[in-house]
Amino acid sequence: MCHGGAMFKWVTQTLSSIGHTVVDSVLRLGYATRFFLYALKMSGESFRRFPLVIREIYFTGVMSLIIILVSALFVGMVLGLQGYNTLQRYGSSEAVGVLVALALVRELGPVVTALLFAGRAGTAITAEIGLMKATEQLSAMEMMAVNPISRVVAPRFWAGVISMPLLAALFSLMGVFGGYLVAVQLIGVDNGAFWSQMQSNVDFRDDIVNGVIKSMVFGVACTIIALFEGYDAPPTAEGVSHATTRTVVISSLAVLGLDFVLTAFMLH
Amino acid sequence: MQRSTIDVWVGVFVAMGFAALLGLAMKVGNLAASNIGDTYAVSAYFDNVGSLKPRAPVKSAGVVVGRVDSIGFDDEKKEAVVTLHIDTRYHFDTETNASILTSGLLGEQYVGLEAGGEEKMLKNGDKIKLTQGAVVLEKLISQFLYSKASDGTDNKQDKKADKE
Repeated sequence: MCHGGAMFKWVTQTLSSIGHTVVDSVLRLGYATRFFLYALKMSGESFRRFPLVIREIYFTGVMSLIIILVSALFVGMVLGLQGYNTLQRYGSSEAVGVLVALALVRELGPVVTALLFAGRAGTAITAEIGLMKATEQLSAMEMMAVNPISRVVAPRFWAGVISMPLLAALFSLMGVFGGYLVAVQLIGVDNGAFWSQMQSNVDFRDDIVNGVIKSMVFGVACTIIALFEGYDAPPTAEGVSHATTRTVVISSLAVLGLDFVLTAFMLH
Repeated sequence: MQRSTIDVWVGVFVAMGFAALLGLAMKVGNLAASNIGDTYAVSAYFDNVGSLKPRAPVKSAGVVVGRVDSIGFDDEKKEAVVTLHIDTRYHFDTETNASILTSGLLGEQYVGLEAGGEEKMLKNGDKIKLTQGAVVLEKLISQFLYSKASDGTDNKQDKKADKE
């Protein structure tokens, strides 16, 4: 009887903890959506004080340039090497230009940029806002009748949304340059064929514009996740550290999941 | 950090980003190549367009002279109607032969133009009369097999004839 009671207790506890997790995540999702809509509503004010946005573009965009450009160069170089290695077996090593450009413009440019962006800028945003909350700077703003959403959150949101497509475009271009370095300069694929095959097979509307749309969506997702995690973080050192970790995990998953959905839409 | 320094860096960043987009469009993509300037439209009927797609190149002697604008189906003729946009710099006579060809063994399909010997030139809205549709591989194979089979029976008959 006593054993049965312990078993019953264990089952109810497990069930209730599962239920708690589900209810908690739905609650957080709802809160995050409300937060997103409120940040959008408060955006008008932050556009009137545009220097705030420029300051945040500096911290999210300009400061991410080095990591984006260096990674892009190496990603492009690896694509060039791997692509050449496989394509030369079929006697079409000139197609390496198409392979590098399409892979970068369609997928790697937006996705890898978004992952790096989440790691470089997203964590910084979460930690900054989390600490602002922990040190009660956000409450102080409210006391001074300054809306922290329009003063702190909205400028960072727009900075992320503006920076992301630009970073992704730079990533793609730098990656193509890396592929060119390896394939043409190092291995000796014909320069003219490399570029002409690329130009005849990369479409402006279907490939480049779709890549930019993807990177914009990723920019919105990464930035809002980082902002929300910071804003929702428990005001302790541990809470901020957990929130920062969650930013990276959730952003990465969101980017990869959204990428699949967007690609399915774009390829019909 | 000074305000103005931040402004300068952000300006440089945004300019670089837009330059990268422009570079992608021009150097990597086909935006520069697809704008072939002024064109005139010519239509052609084909019995089969195969897997020809809009924006496929129109080539003459291997040089791109235009693009395929649209592909439709003529319900009366039961044939495919393909509209071609040809660069105004190039002139083709009314006896020009249009055929759907494949670049390489399995490459993309394009429209090949071969000039005829007529004096009159094609104008905007004209139709190309001499056309040849895409080659369908299955038809080709079945034709080949059919001719092989009939060859075989012919040989047998020949042998019988020899014996007699």
